[in-house]
Amino acid sequence: MAKRAAFDELWGKGSAARPGFEPLAEWLKETPPAELERRQQAAEAAFRQMGVTFAVYGEEEAAERIIPFDIVPRIFSAGEWARLSEGLEQRVRAINAFIDDVYGGRRIIDAGVIPAEIVLGNPQYCIPVAGARPPHGIYAHICGIDLVRTGPDDFFVLEDNARTPSGVSYMLENREAMLRLCPELFETFPVAPVDSYPELLRETLAAASPHGAWEPRCVLLTPGHYNSAFYEHSFLADNMGIELVEGRDLEVDDDVVWMRTTEGRVRVDVIYRRIDDAFLDPLVFNPDSMLGVPGLMAAYLAGNVALVNAPGTGIADDKAIYSYMPEIVRFYTGEEAKLPNVETWRCREPQALKYVLENLSELVVKLVDGSGGYGMLVGPTSTKKEIEKFRSALIAEPERYIAQPTLALSTVPTFTDAGLAPRHVDFRPFVLSRWNEVVTVPGGLTRVALRKGSLVVNSSQGGGTKDSFVLADTAEAG
Amino acid sequence: MLSRTAANLYWIGRYMERAEFNASLVEATIRLDSLGVRNQSDRTWKSALAVAGATAGFAATGENLGGFAARRYLTLSDANPSSVRSSLAAARDNARAARNALSREGWEAINRAWLTVRDRSSPGGSQATLTMTDALRAEARGFEGALMRMLRTESYWFVRLGQMIERAGSTARLLDVKYYLLLPEGEPVGGTLDRDQWNTILHIVSARLAYRLLYPEGLRPWLVADLLILRSEMPRSLHFAAAETVELLAECGARTGRQGEADRIARQRLTMLETAEIGDVFQNGLHEWLSRFIADNDALGRAIAAQFRFP
Repeated sequence: MAKRAAFDELWGKGSAARPGFEPLAEWLKETPPAELERRQQAAEAAFRQMGVTFAVYGEEEAAERIIPFDIVPRIFSAGEWARLSEGLEQRVRAINAFIDDVYGGRRIIDAGVIPAEIVLGNPQYCIPVAGARPPHGIYAHICGIDLVRTGPDDFFVLEDNARTPSGVSYMLENREAMLRLCPELFETFPVAPVDSYPELLRETLAAASPHGAWEPRCVLLTPGHYNSAFYEHSFLADNMGIELVEGRDLEVDDDVVWMRTTEGRVRVDVIYRRIDDAFLDPLVFNPDSMLGVPGLMAAYLAGNVALVNAPGTGIADDKAIYSYMPEIVRFYTGEEAKLPNVETWRCREPQALKYVLENLSELVVKLVDGSGGYGMLVGPTSTKKEIEKFRSALIAEPERYIAQPTLALSTVPTFTDAGLAPRHVDFRPFVLSRWNEVVTVPGGLTRVALRKGSLVVNSSQGGGTKDSFVLADTAEAG
Repeated sequence: MLSRTAANLYWIGRYMERAEFNASLVEATIRLDSLGVRNQSDRTWKSALAVAGATAGFAATGENLGGFAARRYLTLSDANPSSVRSSLAAARDNARAARNALSREGWEAINRAWLTVRDRSSPGGSQATLTMTDALRAEARGFEGALMRMLRTESYWFVRLGQMIERAGSTARLLDVKYYLLLPEGEPVGGTLDRDQWNTILHIVSARLAYRLLYPEGLRPWLVADLLILRSEMPRSLHFAAAETVELLAECGARTGRQGEADRIARQRLTMLETAEIGDVFQNGLHEWLSRFIADNDALGRAIAAQFRFP
């Protein structure tokens, strides 16, 4: 556990609310805890009824659970958001330029900014797509950038999710719940709306169409209803008014993708795929995959169908690459990164490994290709045994790990069994990229570690969610 | 609509209908059993298993035939792919996969029905079983209500189509088994009548009062057959299901432009039922007539799957 006191986003480090946030403090003071609890339960009951569920891997019984929802919103001022969204836009532009480059001219390697083996020898480097450029060179149409905060102006990027980031349905459903249950907050705060996201996403999909088809046919490809994010897939398909398809609904004929309908087969132009690269096409990737579509990659490479995100974006999602992001941003934009990285030690480098091994109990150690909070060591809250296990793993395969300091993540008041208490949070905004613009809906997914002192916010590890208000105008003072 | 979604919806209809039918079957069989004809209990349950098409499946479990074992096999057994629980699980699975095509009420009705049996491992005594089947029939009515409120589009048509195919099959099987059991060899139609057994058949298809209304002359085996085969105003009759099937296929055809073998089989079957008299049905043997109907119904199910490219 971090010894320093964490920054609280409502109270700062003092006992008075930060300027601009007083109405929230007032609201928390005036609303009886029983009333807060009632509303929170009403929200969770609604989620359960709608089936807003996720599945936890490795738990057969609790196949469907809802993610706990916290009724106290987290608020960003207009100024905070303006700085954040600038940084996000810059970063995502650089991510797309980087992916385009490593599958094209590889200028960044030639310039010696990043070692060739980290890119070309990376398991995430997708050899079949090298040389095949999607329209406008956009690969990562949808990015979820995980941010953490340690002070009033101290935001850091923790992870770039450039493959198939999930969680946006919670941004939308949490807002719906808040509008219904706490309408008075929206009278007090000028909250920027998020409900245009499905429309923006649909436009983004249409813009990715490979042949500029008039009203291109877009579909959402899901692994199926046993997948943990299936609710989100069906929610998004519904709200965009597009078909929700599984691999077996599609067929490839002469490098063209068709879907099987009751009216016969219908040509597909754009696939918003929510399955990983490895399962896209059994002919090219994992031959045992039942989720994908045989021949899909050939159709993609022939330019007959767009895949969103494009195959190969995992290279920008990799934690070894992450550590080079400041250099990557500088290389492609000519500017310093507006959103800094968390300090990162690459265990592949002997000096760094030595430091990490000496300070394991202070650090967070992650697999370079891990996600969802799995394969991760949080030194300060781990037992000796867990630390020793990681030590052996690190010595055996150092190149698979990175390490970061344990940050004092910011806290937000959260409704707990013992009343309101500070809990650590992170934040995942969703950034959409098209040929001419990068758009971030003013909001995102705030995840909260519900256990006291815990820094792990993943839903699979006991995390919950909150609504994230972005204030629309200059309501902030300071 | 995606062919897979159409298949999901069709199977929701079939499984929900199957769950309701099996719940009614168990309920009616318990009543019959409790009327206490001595030494008839095993025979009663044996016939219930036959109606459910579960004779071989039950034998494979190696359990001794008896009321409790049969009740459990028909309602809660995971080993029985057609048990109420298995049917509801399959219906819910299909409903999850086709969430977007189903109304929220429809999904909730299926989910509630599933929750009724999800955590039960034993049907308990007769009384407890009846409480459960009562609850299940109520949930099934809730689903039917939700279905009736859906937009008349492909989603509705395919669920209803599945329901009608399943209903035609189970009603035909019910008649076939009961007539076979109830009319021992040499017994002429209209001969000795076990009133309770005939009432049981009517109970399974919720038609006791309907029968009284339509046939003032009292219980007659061939009139029960007439009601369940030929009366178009009786929602569980073969005629009703056949007529509805033709209409549903016509709606689907108009929407999707796909008509073919399924329409042909369905229309042929309807014409046959419209023109038949109950005497014709009995003339060459009811069992033969019903066997052919069941085979045709299965063929129709396969033709629907082919016509709309079910995966």
